[in-house]
Amino acid sequence: MLPFMQIGPLLLQMPVLALLAGIWIGLYLVEKEANRLQLDGNALYTGVLAGLLAGIAGARLFYAANYASFYLSDPLSLLALTPQTLLPAAGLVTGLMVAAIYGWRQRMPLRPTLDALAPGVALFLVTLGANHFLSGDAYGAPAVLPWSIYLWDAQRHPSQIYETVLALAIFLIIRRRPLGQPGNGVNFSLLIALSAAARIFLEAYRGDSVIWPGGFRTVQIIGTGVLVAALWLMHVWSPSSLPASSET
Amino acid sequence: MTRWTFFIILVVVFAGGWTWISRVPTLAASATSLPATPREGFAAPDFTLDLLSDDRSATLQPITLSRLRGQVVIVNLWASWCAPCRAEMPALEKIYRSNKSRGLEILAVNATNQDKEQTAAAFARSMGITFPVLLDRTGEVGNRYLLRALPSTFFIDRRGVIREVVFGGPMSETLIQSKLETLLNEAP
Repeated sequence: MLPFMQIGPLLLQMPVLALLAGIWIGLYLVEKEANRLQLDGNALYTGVLAGLLAGIAGARLFYAANYASFYLSDPLSLLALTPQTLLPAAGLVTGLMVAAIYGWRQRMPLRPTLDALAPGVALFLVTLGANHFLSGDAYGAPAVLPWSIYLWDAQRHPSQIYETVLALAIFLIIRRRPLGQPGNGVNFSLLIALSAAARIFLEAYRGDSVIWPGGFRTVQIIGTGVLVAALWLMHVWSPSSLPASSET
Repeated sequence: MTRWTFFIILVVVFAGGWTWISRVPTLAASATSLPATPREGFAAPDFTLDLLSDDRSATLQPITLSRLRGQVVIVNLWASWCAPCRAEMPALEKIYRSNKSRGLEILAVNATNQDKEQTAAAFARSMGITFPVLLDRTGEVGNRYLLRALPSTFFIDRRGVIREVVFGGPMSETLIQSKLETLLNEAP
């Protein structure tokens, strides 16, 4: 765990740096894949960037809306460089909406565009694992194993390492395009399916799960829904590249 | 039934089975005693520290964090040589004055092992600080709170659970107030 490095008066937030690196390399991969699929790489790059910026702005504005009276008396606080005053869920929705609207206005074809995004998103998920490792977030359940790590006052599963390793494996699979798709959206669906499966598996080793009645882990139940939806999309979008259907 | 549909059903069965196997035991899910570690969602590590006083002959009662249970507490680790620490003190003082009656306590823990007591006292006096300034002479509290950057600020709820951690600064008055609002509105 290395949440930050202090160099004189400068405080480097290492987890944030990992994410920024992921965004930077991810954007490069998106542009490269877009060009391979004969899409407008620049337009896609701009769309992703617009989504990211809108996401940050949305996350801050929705946070501020919850504390409107404080922010109205000090509007400059909206520009503060503090990640603690962001509402991530609102940022995600805003960013996706803005990126989708941009893509629609630019008349980007949906399935090739999603496939172009796949390697970049897969790489970003690797850096998200690194982000969790550096910050100590997404920590593991207590467990005494030869490979346990001491974190937050207990020996725990190194869940962040599991997460990073699996994300790296998924990234390598996505880079190889195992189903050989020519931009029909299957590579993106595969990424979602593999990531959902990984999350369902790894959630069992997490120590910070949100628990539903009966002891069920929320993420596993939602992840199963996402996994089924991604598999269904793979089937619908590329029936020919999958095992032939047959009535039984 | 197509092979693909069969495959999807198989996946759901496996995922459902794994979800069932990895359920959190009810006892663990309902556990009320949290381990003490400096992270959101865990109990704040307890400490007892001496108060900073201008008058060295005066005997002041040391302050123990756990005795403030029932109040919202901000633990701010700082040093007088740290520019962002100095810069956020006026905001902390203003917030303290306006929210003390709502159940807010601020403990400014001076990292005395890397500061000078006299300098810290002079700074506190010059800023007109009215909340308790504590002296971490041995650095024990800094160690317990995994202090790696100054300032580091911990927002602790009325049950003694850390709800927010802010590394670095200076924190604006808006940031502090927005983080406090939910905690202060919670029932004691």
